[in-house]
Amino acid sequence: MRLWKAWIVATKDFGVIRENKYIFYSIIAMPLIFGMALPLMILILLAGAPVDVVMSFLGMLNVFFAVMAAMLPTVIASYSFVGEKVERSLEPLLATPTTDGELLLGKCLAAFLPSMAATFIGAAGYVAVIDLWSYANQGVFMLPNLNLALIVGLVAPLACILSVEANVIVSSRVSDVRAAQQLGGIVVLPIILVLMLGSLFAFMPADLLALVMSGVLAIAAVALFYVSKATFQREEILTRWK
Amino acid sequence: MIETENLTRRFGKLTAVENLTLKVEEGEVFGFLGPNAAGKTTTIRMLCCLIAKTSGKARIGDFSVDDPEDCLKIRKMVGLLPGDVGLYDGLSAYKNLDFYGKLYEVSPERREDKIKQLLSLLGIWERRDDLVGTFSKGTKQKIAIARALIHDPKLLFLDEPTANLDPEASKTVRDFVLDLKKEKRTIFINTHNLDEAERLCDRIGIIKTRLLTIGSPGSLARGLQARKTVIHLRHVNPKLLAAVEKLRAVKDARIADNKLILDMDDPERDNPEVVRTIVEAGGSVQYVTELRSTLEDVYLKMIRETEDQ
Repeated sequence: MRLWKAWIVATKDFGVIRENKYIFYSIIAMPLIFGMALPLMILILLAGAPVDVVMSFLGMLNVFFAVMAAMLPTVIASYSFVGEKVERSLEPLLATPTTDGELLLGKCLAAFLPSMAATFIGAAGYVAVIDLWSYANQGVFMLPNLNLALIVGLVAPLACILSVEANVIVSSRVSDVRAAQQLGGIVVLPIILVLMLGSLFAFMPADLLALVMSGVLAIAAVALFYVSKATFQREEILTRWK
Repeated sequence: MIETENLTRRFGKLTAVENLTLKVEEGEVFGFLGPNAAGKTTTIRMLCCLIAKTSGKARIGDFSVDDPEDCLKIRKMVGLLPGDVGLYDGLSAYKNLDFYGKLYEVSPERREDKIKQLLSLLGIWERRDDLVGTFSKGTKQKIAIARALIHDPKLLFLDEPTANLDPEASKTVRDFVLDLKKEKRTIFINTHNLDEAERLCDRIGIIKTRLLTIGSPGSLARGLQARKTVIHLRHVNPKLLAAVEKLRAVKDARIADNKLILDMDDPERDNPEVVRTIVEAGGSVQYVTELRSTLEDVYLKMIRETEDQ
């Protein structure tokens, strides 16, 4: 596996993403919504409420960063994989002296890195907003805490990897970008549901829950890796991909 | 440069290519002629290591398409122009070529020179920074050809290089292929454009799942039927036909309108005697022409024969 080859594929896709306003704005909008707009909205709506209540609401927002990390690849990967199909550029790409693994890794990085960058930027904005509020009200910086670190540093990347893998599989079955996004959205829905339910029903300490989630996501990611790798074979792509 | 032996590819019950045995020499321009779904693209894909063969052997230069390591080397030494141009519409012409140059491991300096050389040659250097999506079909095809040449491949596979192009764009592409031919590159062209095959190729193979025939355009046409002499007369009558039929050189003769159509082994040697005989028998010869079978005749005959089987 030559990582530099995968990087060439990924950087090309970054160029395509930059040129595609729909993806570009989606990547920018998500961190603004989850990292700034949503916490600000809660703070405004709950203005005057007891600090404990506000804190418990804000605590639930942490998991949104994992949700965001799972959602963004549905937008990027659908263009990255199905876009190649639509432009019929897979054959010349596959004709280059690049292995299937290098191409797959490059494509996955192209979906993973911008998604995670957006997630980190969103989380940074979120920390700034919450800390401004908490310092003003309690004289302490509430974030980052262990739970946010676990979610952004562990759960979110794993959810993102899982989503990318799911999108590779989805992309092999459809030949329309919108259909890929819709199907990709449906496929990542269970991931989002697990994350949301886990945070809503606090049946175990939040930090432990984040670790359990990470474990589950890691197992699912490894299983899906083999499926997506089997899907992304030259032969398969040229003869069976729709 | 290309050598196959009983190369076969099946997709389930469907046989796309059956027992293909052929040899293409270095520097040769080889044309693969056949109708749609004849196995032309499948053959190219097998030779470029894009899909696996079901059975048989295939080698490109010193490398076998069976060995995954060799496949990387094969893909590095061949250039492919697929049936669909497959360029990135959202990237500029330059960036498209630069991306492929990197994947083909062309050094940055060489890449820059090569892109400039190819785009200038194809007359699109001035538009190098325009998005490919803004180009016409013909221009996109030119860029796709430039992409196939970015790494200076020894062997070039062109799958229907002028399909869907207008006559002017087709001519530009054909002229470019002729220039490449002068550079002594080995070129393998898939086409169902007979005229193009005749103009560009040193040898032609006609395929319909199986390889039906192979040879130079001239030899294929000659092989179909003997050359015929057509003698245009003011009036034709059975007496003239009888006179020429008596000649030993004439293997077959028939009348069509005011013409006598004669089948002979060596028209250059025998035509003077035939004309003399006709004149002596009272015929008035207006002119003498040659009737040759064309590549189209050969192609249609071969394809119809397979359909009949």
